[in-house]
Amino acid sequence: MPVDIPKDNWPGTVRTVTVGATAADGGTRTSTVTVGGEKNLPFLHFETKAPNRPAVAVEIKDHRPDDWSALLLEAWGEAVNDPVKWAQAAEAAGADLIQLSLSLMDKDGNPTSPEAAVQTVKAVLGATGLPILVFGPGQAEVDNNLLVPIAEATKGERLVLGIAEDKNYRTIIATAMANGHLVNARSPMDVNLAKQLNILISDMGMPLDRVLMDPTTGALGYGIEYGFSAMERLRQAALQGDAMTQLPMLVTPGLEAWKTKEAKVNTGVPAAWGNWLERSINWETLTAMTLIEAGADIVVLRHAESIRRVKAAITDLMAAEYTLA
Amino acid sequence: MALTGIQIYKLLPQTNCKECGYPTCLAFAMKLSAKQVELSACPYVTPEAKVQLAESAAPPIRLVAIKSNGYEAKAGNEVVLFRHEKTFYNKPGLFIRVYDNQPVETIKAIVTEANAYAVNYVGMDLTIDGFAVASSSGDANAFAAAVQAVRSSSKRPIILMTRDVTVAKAGLKALQGETPLIYGADAKNWESFADLAKENKAPLGIIAASLAEMADLTEKIKAKGIEDLVIDPGGRDLGAGLAIGTAIRRLAIKKNFRALGFPVIAFPGDVSDPGLEAVHAAQAIAKYAGFIILEHFDPAMIYPLLVLRQNIYTDPQKPIQVQPGIYEINAPKPEDPVLVTTNFSITYFSVANEVEGSGLPAWLLVTDAEGMSVLTAWAAGKFDAERIAKAVKGFNIGDKVSRKRIVLPGHVAVLSGELEGELPDWEIRVGPREAVDLPAFMKQAL
Repeated sequence: MPVDIPKDNWPGTVRTVTVGATAADGGTRTSTVTVGGEKNLPFLHFETKAPNRPAVAVEIKDHRPDDWSALLLEAWGEAVNDPVKWAQAAEAAGADLIQLSLSLMDKDGNPTSPEAAVQTVKAVLGATGLPILVFGPGQAEVDNNLLVPIAEATKGERLVLGIAEDKNYRTIIATAMANGHLVNARSPMDVNLAKQLNILISDMGMPLDRVLMDPTTGALGYGIEYGFSAMERLRQAALQGDAMTQLPMLVTPGLEAWKTKEAKVNTGVPAAWGNWLERSINWETLTAMTLIEAGADIVVLRHAESIRRVKAAITDLMAAEYTLA
Repeated sequence: MALTGIQIYKLLPQTNCKECGYPTCLAFAMKLSAKQVELSACPYVTPEAKVQLAESAAPPIRLVAIKSNGYEAKAGNEVVLFRHEKTFYNKPGLFIRVYDNQPVETIKAIVTEANAYAVNYVGMDLTIDGFAVASSSGDANAFAAAVQAVRSSSKRPIILMTRDVTVAKAGLKALQGETPLIYGADAKNWESFADLAKENKAPLGIIAASLAEMADLTEKIKAKGIEDLVIDPGGRDLGAGLAIGTAIRRLAIKKNFRALGFPVIAFPGDVSDPGLEAVHAAQAIAKYAGFIILEHFDPAMIYPLLVLRQNIYTDPQKPIQVQPGIYEINAPKPEDPVLVTTNFSITYFSVANEVEGSGLPAWLLVTDAEGMSVLTAWAAGKFDAERIAKAVKGFNIGDKVSRKRIVLPGHVAVLSGELEGELPDWEIRVGPREAVDLPAFMKQAL
């Protein structure tokens, strides 16, 4: 019996965004990462082949984190004491990009100074040729104080600066525009809030091919369904032609999964939770995979085994060797 | 083609007798067209109308149940492609596969452990649904023995996996009075398998290499009077599995294409890299499988999969909430602290479980944040100083404590100044951001 496969024909296209600049484009990166450009829902190659594969960013910190799961510290070993070594280890583990997350306090317990932050970013840029995302500690004022000098000191690198939220986007957008960088625009799991922030950013004159949209997510078991549906709706709005949602999406399943009790601790937990390491990796991998199915273009991960599994899954999803009817 | 409510109404008795439970025939017709009610609720519908309506009233994806004595796993009856459009209804069954060339004792050990498994997630006990027994020996007696070994260790539903009808018969014989899934029929053996399924009133799994071949087979088998089908359209890698699953769901929902309107069975355990089994199963959960066959029983994989299934199949219109109020944890006394959080059930259970686990007594004040988590509710203006103060006063928590201390979630530390204004006789403390850090905070800081 002939089967007529229903194919979607969407009017809209997600913007293409390139992170990092090589010497030819005024930066020092040896490779760049291009995401976005989708004309249909994720991985439905029988309609049209997605032009770019989702990318995996690996999160490192400026110094040994005091609130990370012991499993992560063990997995990265000595490298967690030195962002240069950590960046190299992340690259070796298969990272497409490095996300450097700056801490609120330095390792001696004093507030992280802008000078030290600039030095760390420069050291990481020197340690790897991969494109870099630099995220502040997540407090609007501190983020601004750290990110502005970093943006100025790395002019032309096409870093992704984060996190631009409704509270502090102006300063970060201004410095990204002035210094040839990109931004990560974060809003709390809501289609309209995401769109509104993109409009505000666009109104400042920021070219939207230098903006990633971060709709936030909850981890598996902690609200992932909200992030999942917000992303499915955002992607469908983009494909329907809503220009202010046509941005590639970045999400942080590593951060979210590794702050859950399931991944963080192994004392006093039910036996039904199973082996701690395997459970934690599944927690991170499943959070990431579910969001990739919903349209994530960049996922930020933390554990090397999760990186391996997610990259293998993306390769599998991008392969188009099948016949439907 | 599906009929509209008005078209259905014309076929009904139009007497407004109310025996169906709806005030008018038109209201009943609207419910029928939305597939929210069965035609059998109308006692007076004519046989002619019944035939006409049956085709239209049938759900686009047939509901198929695999049953044992006391348990059933059912899939199908879905009405949307994306959960935000309405909701996903019937959670895909998770089955653990064993093989008939494994020693009986091994099978019993695996099944006993998996059968007893239950994990608590936000107040619910989650379990697997059943077992698949695969004939790898090709021997009918060995298959029957393996089926018996599973049945002696668990009462949950069973899937019989063999393409040899003699072997399938032996398996069925060991499951008298049940309706296991017989998996399955293919282009070569379908006639004998269709007869077997019909004779035993059991659902039948169908294996085909393409959607066109599958549609041919289901039509032929339906013509023999078997309606309860489960389809395996191939696509063992992620890209193909997603495309095929999506095409089948679209055909059913958008085109009402009956030949493929059946639950899909997926085999994440067939992947060669065991690290990716959970990934394949996760895709099957989010993207449209009805029955999922796993190769390994490992709590470290089963627990996250059960949680994912629960999350994806939550009704997006109704966030799971708990009742706002005062919850007493570990028998608090008047001098013990008051912790405040929102009524989103995941938030509540995260906090309550931590406090309970710490052994430290506390009063947990749950505010009405319309079922949102702390940060989301705060951003939406549903968890602010005014609302917290209202809950403190409304639930009279001040009458229960002698030392008026209230602990705010760390994420909303910014509210502490305002809350001091609202509750001048209370000591406002800022707790940790994450529930997991509460026990340490309570020990050290309170």
